[in-house]
Amino acid sequence: MTPLQGCLLVSALLFAIGLAGAVTRRNAILALVGIELMLNAANLNFIAFWRYGPNPEALSGMMVVIFSIAIAAAEAAVGLALIIAIYRHYKTANLDEMKNLKG
Amino acid sequence: MTWIAQNLWLIPVLPLVASGVIAINKQPQRKLAVALSIGSMVLAFLLSLCAFSATLIHHGESGVFREVAGFNWLQFGGQWLQLGWVLDPLTAIMLVMVSFVSLLIFIFSVGYMAHDENFTRFFCFLSLFAAAMLGVVIANNLLLFFVCWEIVGLTSYLLIGFWYHKPSAAAAAKKAFITTRIGDLALLLGMVWLYAKAGTLTFYDGGNGCLEIPTLAKAFPFEGFGFVALTGIALLIFVGAMGKSGQVPLHVWLPDAMEGPTPVSALIHAATMVAAGVFLVARVYPLMKPDWSALAGPHTIVSMPPLDATVVITWVGAITAMFAASIAVAQTDIKRILAYSTVSQLGYMMLGLGVGGVAVGMFHLITHAFFKALLFLGSGSVIHGCHEEQDVRKMGGLKKFMPVTFATYAIGMLALAGFPLFFSGFWSKDEILHSAHNWPVSQIPFYLGCAGALLTAFYMTRQVALVFFGQYRSRACESADHAHSHVLNPPSHDGGYEPHESPAVMTVPLVILAVFAILLGFVGTPAWPWFDGFLKGEPVQFNFSKLTEGGTLGLMLASAGIVFTGLGLGWWLYGKRQRKTVEEPDVLQVAQPAIFRLLENKYFVDEFYDATVVRFNAWAARICNFLDRWIWGGVVLLVTWMTLGLSRLYRFTDEFVVDLGFDTGCETLREGGDEISKWHTGRVQTYLRVIGVALVVLVLFLVWGRKA
Repeated sequence: MTPLQGCLLVSALLFAIGLAGAVTRRNAILALVGIELMLNAANLNFIAFWRYGPNPEALSGMMVVIFSIAIAAAEAAVGLALIIAIYRHYKTANLDEMKNLKG
Repeated sequence: MTWIAQNLWLIPVLPLVASGVIAINKQPQRKLAVALSIGSMVLAFLLSLCAFSATLIHHGESGVFREVAGFNWLQFGGQWLQLGWVLDPLTAIMLVMVSFVSLLIFIFSVGYMAHDENFTRFFCFLSLFAAAMLGVVIANNLLLFFVCWEIVGLTSYLLIGFWYHKPSAAAAAKKAFITTRIGDLALLLGMVWLYAKAGTLTFYDGGNGCLEIPTLAKAFPFEGFGFVALTGIALLIFVGAMGKSGQVPLHVWLPDAMEGPTPVSALIHAATMVAAGVFLVARVYPLMKPDWSALAGPHTIVSMPPLDATVVITWVGAITAMFAASIAVAQTDIKRILAYSTVSQLGYMMLGLGVGGVAVGMFHLITHAFFKALLFLGSGSVIHGCHEEQDVRKMGGLKKFMPVTFATYAIGMLALAGFPLFFSGFWSKDEILHSAHNWPVSQIPFYLGCAGALLTAFYMTRQVALVFFGQYRSRACESADHAHSHVLNPPSHDGGYEPHESPAVMTVPLVILAVFAILLGFVGTPAWPWFDGFLKGEPVQFNFSKLTEGGTLGLMLASAGIVFTGLGLGWWLYGKRQRKTVEEPDVLQVAQPAIFRLLENKYFVDEFYDATVVRFNAWAARICNFLDRWIWGGVVLLVTWMTLGLSRLYRFTDEFVVDLGFDTGCETLREGGDEISKWHTGRVQTYLRVIGVALVVLVLFLVWGRKA
């Protein structure tokens, strides 16, 4: 097993855990945590492919990941703000009870 | 230009405003209505006096004093239609006469109509009438003249039908309106023709008016049919005047118009409105009797002057004068006798216009207006006093009960009959007969006029003898009828069955009119023809020798003889031996039953019209009705059905073809939407789950796809 495969396995695991968390948790904050996990799995993939790729001197993977982390931070801020707003409105953070978009 | 000529329009506008204000006020405000209408008439009368004095001041200066004023009314094409008014002796004299007689009749009406619930409506109409009549008098444009003329016709209709709940009054109003309309149609045609020829309807416009020589000479050249056209126009206009002035054969409406209240009969159907026709002829006299040689120009010699309209006017007038006077002999209704007398006198005016000129006809118009208004108001007083009785056979002996009415009525009667020297009717009628005697065309109109004068004296004597002398016959028969019930029914509050004298508000106008009926004659005697000179703008000298020269004296004696014969005959037949009862047949009826029947039924003219014009009209109406109902109505019905059928077809295709397919499509779409919307749970995590599953499926597909 090459180090790349190991990294990808960890990353796939991380993604699966994040997805499972995002799908199953009732609490919106925990779902957000799951989403962050999936995001970090993707970051890990970027780093792995860059480190073991054909051109590791070019720092391109690092650049993308730094951008991605910055966006993730912004996204977490927006997401938390949304959750607070929803909580204030519905007096709950339970995702099952937020179904006003039902057709 | 004088101030009054500039502001002449105020005279008709004042009563018009009064009429409008009365119309919008409430019915019970009688005092206001009286104050407004009489106040406006007083002002109009004062302004008329101003106008009259203005013409008097300028009288004797070069030619006829005439001032015109106008304003632009309507633009069509590049031309402005100008309306305006004119102040000349003719206008001034008519203004004074109309406003003065109207004023007196307004005052009389206050008493006469006191018991009528539609008192204010009456005064509204009267004021409107006075406004229109004054408008007719001052108009300087045939169009404005026509407009006012038609308003006069309208108010005549309204006032004849004032008691519209009486079927006879409603019918009389309709008859008057339609009959005069026939004349008005001719007048309108004449107007249009004149406008087409001359290009203007303004009477006087500094040489450009349609009555002035330059325009006439240009519009009606001697060559071709110019003169014939001019005579044609004049005749058409004269037919309009015939309708209004009740000349044969359009006289039938005037006697029926007596259905209206008596002041109306006096004002409209004796003094002013019917005179409008005569005034029209006098106003457009340059068309009626054109100065042919002036029209043809200095270079053309008119060897034989063409026929002008005055020949027709003379004949119509003479026939009317005789015809109506003979009918009046056999009538029994006090107002109808006067009505036929009016028709007859209007005939005299036309005769005077035809043979003598403007001054002769107009003089009789003015004197007649006063004494005929006097007679009508006197008859109103009699009717009022006899408790709304109009049949002369039921009157008699009223001399005792109504002395003032009797005295004034007698003056009016003598003036109408033409009693020599002291009454106005003598001088004006004499002048007409004198002119007729000198007429070059024919002597027959003169003899017709003389016969008419004899009959006039006769029927007026008959009327006065029946009304004022002898016994009061109505009381005699009534007291016999009611002898038994007298104890149970004591005499009513107004003095039982006895006639009574009218209140001062009614007798004072009578007295004033009587004074004028006497005095007016002296402004137009042969010795001092002031009236003639005033209208022609010539100075007048006092000259007694005129009385004797030119056969004037002989003619005066002859006409005096005629009048005395008529008076004596009337007195001998009706005054000396009074009828005792109401049912007793007339003296003439006993002597000449056939002729009396003919006269009593007015020569059967109404029946003749019923059998010809009215029946023809009814037939035409029936044919029109048939065409309308079956032919045009059928076409309309067919179109209706076709439209209905088409729309039914459209509706069917719409409902069952277009709509059905569309509805099905819509339904399916809606159901599909329903189904799909169920997937839309609104739960974020469900969506995420779907995405996750889809991702797994995608990865599996990619992995397995690569391998395969």
